[in-house]
Amino acid sequence: MLVVDRHGGLVRVNEAARVLLRGAAGGDGAAARVPSWLADAHRRVSDGLPGADPGPPTGTIDDRFFEAHPTPGADGDVVWWLVDETGRHHAENALSDALARSEILAEVSSALLSSLNVPRCMEVAATMAAEHLAEAAVLVGPPQGRRHPLTYARRGGPVTQVTRRVDVSIVPGLPEALQGFPPVPARWINPGDIPDWVIPDDFAGPVGSVIVTPLPGHGLPAGALILLRSSTEQAFTENEELLARLFAARAGSALSAAGLYSEQAAITATLMQDLLPPPLTSVHGVEYAGGYRASQDQERIGGDFYDVHPGADASRSTLVALGDVAGKGLEAAVLTGKIRNTLHALLPLADDHLQVLSLLNGALLTSHHTRFATLVLASVRRHRGHVELRLTSAGHPPPLIVRNDGMVEEVPTRGTLVGALPTVTARTVEAVLAPGETCLLYTDGITEARGGPLGDDLFGEHRLRRALAECAGMPAEAVVERVRMLTAQWLGAGGHDDMAAVAISAPKPGSLAALDGRADGGNPRRHR
Amino acid sequence: MTLPTTAAALPDRLWQAVTGGDEQEAVGLVRAALAEGVDEEALLLDVIAPVQARVGVEWAADRITVAQEHTATAINERVIACLAHHPPSAAPPTPPRGRATVSCIDGEWHAFPARLVAEVLRLRGWQVDYLGAQTPTPHLVAHLHRTNPDAVLLSGSIATHLPTAHAAITACQAIGVPVLAGGRAFGYDGRYARALGADRWAADARGAAAVLAGGLARPHPAARRQAADDLPHLADQEYTMVVRSRPHLVKETLVALEERLPAMRDYSDAQRERTAEDIAHIVDFLATALYVDAAEIFTAFLTWTADILEARNVRARSLVPALDALSEQLRDFPRAVRLLREGTTALHGPSAPGPEMCA
Repeated sequence: MLVVDRHGGLVRVNEAARVLLRGAAGGDGAAARVPSWLADAHRRVSDGLPGADPGPPTGTIDDRFFEAHPTPGADGDVVWWLVDETGRHHAENALSDALARSEILAEVSSALLSSLNVPRCMEVAATMAAEHLAEAAVLVGPPQGRRHPLTYARRGGPVTQVTRRVDVSIVPGLPEALQGFPPVPARWINPGDIPDWVIPDDFAGPVGSVIVTPLPGHGLPAGALILLRSSTEQAFTENEELLARLFAARAGSALSAAGLYSEQAAITATLMQDLLPPPLTSVHGVEYAGGYRASQDQERIGGDFYDVHPGADASRSTLVALGDVAGKGLEAAVLTGKIRNTLHALLPLADDHLQVLSLLNGALLTSHHTRFATLVLASVRRHRGHVELRLTSAGHPPPLIVRNDGMVEEVPTRGTLVGALPTVTARTVEAVLAPGETCLLYTDGITEARGGPLGDDLFGEHRLRRALAECAGMPAEAVVERVRMLTAQWLGAGGHDDMAAVAISAPKPGSLAALDGRADGGNPRRHR
Repeated sequence: MTLPTTAAALPDRLWQAVTGGDEQEAVGLVRAALAEGVDEEALLLDVIAPVQARVGVEWAADRITVAQEHTATAINERVIACLAHHPPSAAPPTPPRGRATVSCIDGEWHAFPARLVAEVLRLRGWQVDYLGAQTPTPHLVAHLHRTNPDAVLLSGSIATHLPTAHAAITACQAIGVPVLAGGRAFGYDGRYARALGADRWAADARGAAAVLAGGLARPHPAARRQAADDLPHLADQEYTMVVRSRPHLVKETLVALEERLPAMRDYSDAQRERTAEDIAHIVDFLATALYVDAAEIFTAFLTWTADILEARNVRARSLVPALDALSEQLRDFPRAVRLLREGTTALHGPSAPGPEMCA
């Protein structure tokens, strides 16, 4: 307890305060002095001003933390009661540190988890490290050959990413951190030991403190993080080291997840390459266009397939195949790949559709697949401006021909499906397309699309025919686009089977395909 | 192609060529213009784009057939493809300015505007991934994880795709990729792009290129929001209820119309199906207006439909009984009833330009 007059002079001091204040003044027995924070608070109380902060004034004397409670005394004196709150103050500080840390970690986690792209993840990790942990951060990625991806971030500055050949072995602790083995804790290194490549170009001033932290990738190397502070900043505290470790654990998990995803996506893309429907274009003076929609929108492949195998020259037939394997999804897609390969191998025999179908049937029967397939084959040749077709259906919906007058004809080819019975029978039918006319091959996913305005009707062959009647004279890709659009609208958000369609069109006189058989430009819509 | 091509006459001549299905003429015209030194971007945006816009206008006015419309679009696409394959006159290979993904909203069929934007960005030195029409949102998201572009340009022409657009916008932003929205679906001034939380909006291809050149900040992952935060009115569940009961609403409205309009009883199956499709469209636009909470989406669609019907000599007033029947069924949904009332008022008033509907 101490009593202070209106001029700030000490009037009375009790024994406890005397000991305390004398200690604060240096313990040399000189007159007790009021600490500056209390003097400020006193002036405010004397002048009738509110306190600088809500609540009682607080401050430190020696290493202790005090709250000061004023009581007005006589003649403008103020009685100050000092309460030692050191313990509570420490606890509160620790709590707010922990809160800030968990807030940072929550923000870091949600930012890191947002992307599965490795460079992006590195960018986010380096940026957040520079924001919360140090003045600058360098993320060294696992080596790609002899080069390392390096991500530099400076607080408030832009991020730069380069892939360079750097000597990681001269940075103490970095080789071990990059290998992820043996397990090493974050370690301090001497700023003098770091090579120039570690320091970002725009780093201000000499480096004061450096920490190298491994990014634990759980079985995969995820990289290492180098944190830098300039000599004017204070070195890392124990709490900050803890935060750096927790940060590194999260960044490592995120980077290894992104790495795994990228690897898997690349493998999938490679394996799928041959299962995707091919882009179609004009061949030997005939227009081709294809459309495909897999039953699951997340997938891009399914049990429907088509191919166009150009004849060796314009006088030879081009073989078109479109088919449907029983079932859908990845397993069906794998079988479409086998069928497409088999058909490719059988191209020398392509003029004899029945023989091709018989050999394909034999191949499917002897494979371990229990699935069967339906398909339609078309041999196509342009002759004197007209397009001659030979069509064979193997258990498949018959092709439709759109005449220039809007008539839609069914090609009466019939046959058994392949992959189920010991022998196949099929009847090949010939047809001719005049310029502007189109033959459409399609799978039953189109006619069996369920939806419409009332929600539960089949699209059906009659709607397909009605749609095609409006397509008279249209180029091949416009016919396919029209069919795809109408079925998509019919379906709305409803589920569906795989759907595929191929249009074979005899080009009109104005078409580039009619010129020499190879329109440059190709089909612009299939750049997926 | 012996006559010199004057740039002013080019759009008209290209129009003649594409509606006549004359690809050789169309490609020849554009190549000749290029040879004469007409800027490639100007060809795309000041010749080809207006021709394509005219295709939509002429179809709406019933002056060209569906087949002509589709043929013209297909040939315009081929013309663009020819331009894209045309070697650029004086362009040494330089590192791209950045990478951008151009995609249509899932379900959107009008790929042409997106295609134009993609080509313009390529010309301006961007590495462009053009995903085209009918891109399921999961594909778009997987693509973004794989390529980490600077921005996604999301294109939509028809307003009914706005709810899907919203899902795509939040999905892109959640993985830290900013979204630049464009196309008629987002409103003439981009108001629906803002309502759905898109980072930016651009009125046309040049505007989009300018926005991209200015740079888009990456959405801050910590500021990530729930999709529902953008549209608090969805809490009333009216959108969900209308979408879920769409087939039922269409069926009941058909029955009610047959009671009110005796002529409908003699309709053929095809005519009845057309009517059902028209009603389904009304319900779709109503649902979208509920989703975005913008009456204008609904009223603009109705007045536009009335114009389409009038161009085909169908009396537009048959729309009003359909709205009445829907109001009757949706009487427990105050926002829907209000929208239907505003729709009826709009149909009685003067017609206004509206959104493009699928042909």
